[in-house]
Amino acid sequence: METNLVEMKKITKHFGGVKALTDVDLDIKRGEIVCLLGENGAGKSTLMKVLTGVYPEYGGEFTMEGSVKHYKGTHDAGHDGIKMIFQELNLCPNLTVAENIYLGSEPKTKAGFINHKLMIKESGKFINQLGLDIDPRHTLSNLPIATQQMVEIIKALISNPKILIMDEPTSSLSSKEIEQLFVIMRKLKENGISIVFISHKLEEVMEITDRVVVLRDGTNIKSIDTKDANHDLLISLMVGRELSSLYTHRTTPPGTEVLFEVKGVSGPPMIKDASFKLHKGEILGFAGLVGAGRTELMKLIYGGVKKNSGEFYMNGKRLDIKQPADAVKAGIAYVPENRKEEAVILEMSIKNNLTMSIHDKVKRLGIFLDKGQEKTITSGYIDQLSIKTPSMFQAIKNLSGGNQQKVVLGKSLAIEPNILILDEPTRGIDVGAKAEVHRIITELADEGLSIILISSELPEVMGSSDRILVMHEGSITGEFNRDEFDQEEIMRAAVKVC
Amino acid sequence: MKEKSILKKMGSFKESAILLALILIMLVITIIAPKFMSGRNLYLVARQVSYVVIAGLGVFFIILTGGIDLSVGSVIALAGVVTGKCMELGVNPLLAILFGLIAGAFIGLINGYLVSYVGVAAFIVTLGMMSMARGAVWIITKGWPVSKIDPGFIAFGQGSFMGIPTSVIIMIIIAIISYIILNKTIFGRRVLAIGGNEEATRLSGVDVKKVKLQTYVIGALFASITGILLVARFSSAQSTAGEGWEMDAIAAAVIGGTSLAGGSGTVLGLIIGGAIMGVIRNGLVLMKVSVYWQTFVMGTIIIIAAIVDVMKNRRSN
Repeated sequence: METNLVEMKKITKHFGGVKALTDVDLDIKRGEIVCLLGENGAGKSTLMKVLTGVYPEYGGEFTMEGSVKHYKGTHDAGHDGIKMIFQELNLCPNLTVAENIYLGSEPKTKAGFINHKLMIKESGKFINQLGLDIDPRHTLSNLPIATQQMVEIIKALISNPKILIMDEPTSSLSSKEIEQLFVIMRKLKENGISIVFISHKLEEVMEITDRVVVLRDGTNIKSIDTKDANHDLLISLMVGRELSSLYTHRTTPPGTEVLFEVKGVSGPPMIKDASFKLHKGEILGFAGLVGAGRTELMKLIYGGVKKNSGEFYMNGKRLDIKQPADAVKAGIAYVPENRKEEAVILEMSIKNNLTMSIHDKVKRLGIFLDKGQEKTITSGYIDQLSIKTPSMFQAIKNLSGGNQQKVVLGKSLAIEPNILILDEPTRGIDVGAKAEVHRIITELADEGLSIILISSELPEVMGSSDRILVMHEGSITGEFNRDEFDQEEIMRAAVKVC
Repeated sequence: MKEKSILKKMGSFKESAILLALILIMLVITIIAPKFMSGRNLYLVARQVSYVVIAGLGVFFIILTGGIDLSVGSVIALAGVVTGKCMELGVNPLLAILFGLIAGAFIGLINGYLVSYVGVAAFIVTLGMMSMARGAVWIITKGWPVSKIDPGFIAFGQGSFMGIPTSVIIMIIIAIISYIILNKTIFGRRVLAIGGNEEATRLSGVDVKKVKLQTYVIGALFASITGILLVARFSSAQSTAGEGWEMDAIAAAVIGGTSLAGGSGTVLGLIIGGAIMGVIRNGLVLMKVSVYWQTFVMGTIIIIAAIVDVMKNRRSN
């Protein structure tokens, strides 16, 4: 009889006012490979973080091997045999394979030193079991990424886990390496280990998993045996929802004249030959999965990262952008995706943050700041964007996420840009502020500003954009005009199923 | 009632805690060694503090961006020796001072270029420069003091105005300039912004590399001023001048509440920080504490200041 190793019942998780999971159920059987499938933000990682004790506070309950568990940390979960392998490698590149595998649980000699001999021997055993050819004495950084990933798996295996959770394990692997990984996954399955496989890549999901559990907007949509599923079905399960009224579309049509053109731009880390045109007063949406290269393309345009090749044209004239300062001069403003790391200076006041890009405009006698003018400009944007704050001298760290985002928006608008690039502008802000940000975006476009809008939430891009470009692995793989918008077609381009 | 509100106002100053510490330290020293409060002694302490504070204000801007400069002490010696050598060669004293400043600023330019544009860690660049500049001093002087110094310059440097030593007056002028730079200019705003979040500042369109380079030039320039003042103080340019002063300069900033991570610090805090160190050092001498213990105590104070800084940050987070 098949038994459920894990049963999660009615799991609910809030972050502040934002509901990440609502009454989600998940069963994991012994020796089963389950795929958690869903769009960005569907709640896959959150659910796994509940299971592994990363988030000790949640609603609902789950059982592991029949008894109710409530893990306070990953250590507790690990103790019960639940191990997570993260998307980014959590290894020390300067240590050897064996040292990495036994990091934190090194075998000791009688004298209390590390027992290298035993460590190497035991590592070798696991490596052989999986049919791999890795020398445990090699320094990790000399090995290819795929091999390092295998080391990460072996590291999880030494504690005899019952469940392995793999969060997009194939994202940095070649197709040959993926095959190798699948061989190992099948071996683990034969040994009775259950695997939760998180991936966006449908071909892989179809090939390796036994069952697919689809999540959407933090709720269960369907659990389906893989043999009964197909690409079309999975895509429609992932996206199938109505456009919410959050996103009211503009009334005035965009202009037809081309304002900005990107021609054959390539650059690090993986942008290949990207070309597109942006019209005056247009909202151009960029859809795609996380890691598709949308942010990276914008960084090349903005000069945050140096491009290898390609050209930019503004009003037909070639633009030379080497660093962000050049982009600002050319009237390109960028609201980054990571607000805390890339957009705000937390300890500084709203005023000082807001005028950060326009020091040349608030200049007096060549080197001094005209604080009066700074105040006028700041209070103008506080009114226009209805930023809620007792004073413009308040440190920005004291504001809510939504209000911080409005300050960042104000900072970008203060340069009086021709083009405004918004990278995930509503991430991490509550629904009310979201609607407000969208209203502002629409208003700005109506006033003739050209906007590039990146969002991983399809309804958001579809709700606001006049046109959508889809990216996949560093290339633009689809273009949709507003009358052709179709969630499934866009998702197809994003996961590149033809 | 009125007294209370004044006290309250005092409490709201960022520097009130260390100012209070300074006053307490002075009180304790005065009780044990009443000579401390004599006019002559205060004059000497103030003069000594001024040298450290001027150099400290230079490294202050570097620290505010999140950088560090360990070559301060060597730049002090180099600027002094270049000035002294020029005077020995009969160059006009004003020109000699100018050459000293240029020599120092040039070191800052190299530091800044390597840190900002080449991307070498500031700690390593300035550690190497500490040796190179000191080596240059020895090459120039072969270890001998340069003692043919213009008498007018000595008289000026050792003199005073209304009972205040020249070097203290120069310190006050530089402190005022530093205050204005930090609080009123675009450059100052950008320095604080870089220390607060360098990537966000860069993405805002600020030429971060240029600003950082400029801080190293300012740092070396201020250190050079100290170096030139020391030539007047000793009536000769010494190849050992400023040895270990980089630590005093950095310590003045840290004791004064400047965050080594960058982004926050005040000019007044730095001056008080420098004064605390000068007063304690002088007090230990007056209280006849052994030289060995003096060094020990100075180190303890720096560590205490750093701990206080960490606690403060932890509480505000």
